[in-house]
Amino acid sequence: MERIPILRMGKTLLVTIQVDMQDQTALALQDDLADKIARSGATGVMIDISALEIVDSFVGRMLTSISSIARILSATTVVVGMQPAVAITLIELGLSLEGVRTALNVERGMELLRKARQESHLGN
Amino acid sequence: METERAGEVPVLSEPNIVASRQLVRTLCQRLNFSLVDQTKMITAASELSRNTLIHGGGGRMRWELVEREGRQGLQLHFEDEGPGIADLKLALTDGWTSGSGMGLGLPGSRRLVSDFQIDSAPGQGTRVSITKWK
Repeated sequence: MERIPILRMGKTLLVTIQVDMQDQTALALQDDLADKIARSGATGVMIDISALEIVDSFVGRMLTSISSIARILSATTVVVGMQPAVAITLIELGLSLEGVRTALNVERGMELLRKARQESHLGN
Repeated sequence: METERAGEVPVLSEPNIVASRQLVRTLCQRLNFSLVDQTKMITAASELSRNTLIHGGGGRMRWELVEREGRQGLQLHFEDEGPGIADLKLALTDGWTSGSGMGLGLPGSRRLVSDFQIDSAPGQGTRVSITKWK
């Protein structure tokens, strides 16, 4: 099973999903991120899914869980780069990714994380 | 596969689910589906092959290129010899789940395709057929 690498940029953890993940890979990413947030004290998590051709209910659930876990560990998660066809399909499938913050691209995602930090006075 | 009109792949493991998604992608591209239709069909195949593995204990995905009134389509059949479903109406209800999932697999996939058929009974496995027309 492959593992998705997690990069650290200051107080932000950056994940770029570029492979068609097995369910176990998605679960491992969830665990690895929780561990890394706690260890690094990161206050932001950015997940770039622009290379993903589909998001099914399993991956959707993983994104929702990561956001919730990160929030409890006092980090904000933003999912960036979802393709329009993926968004259309997700809604029809019945997933609204409630509680998951999204941004169109990496730049806007960074901006969202920066604002979230200001709001919670966590600094950069 | 470039000229075949039908085939079959196993759904016995997680890597098989990934492979079935990739096969469906190739077939959708062969039929020149729009990107949205392709995305919907692959997503439905992903949900249903996971059901076959998790709930059906493994099985197969059969595929065929079909034609009706001059329209081309892709038909997929997910078949297992697992425990089957006692209450089909309930299983097709949003949010109902027999396990730890979210209960979107069957009702969600039904919304993503043109035709959806399910045949199942306790002890008699489950067969789900979906079709997407171009």
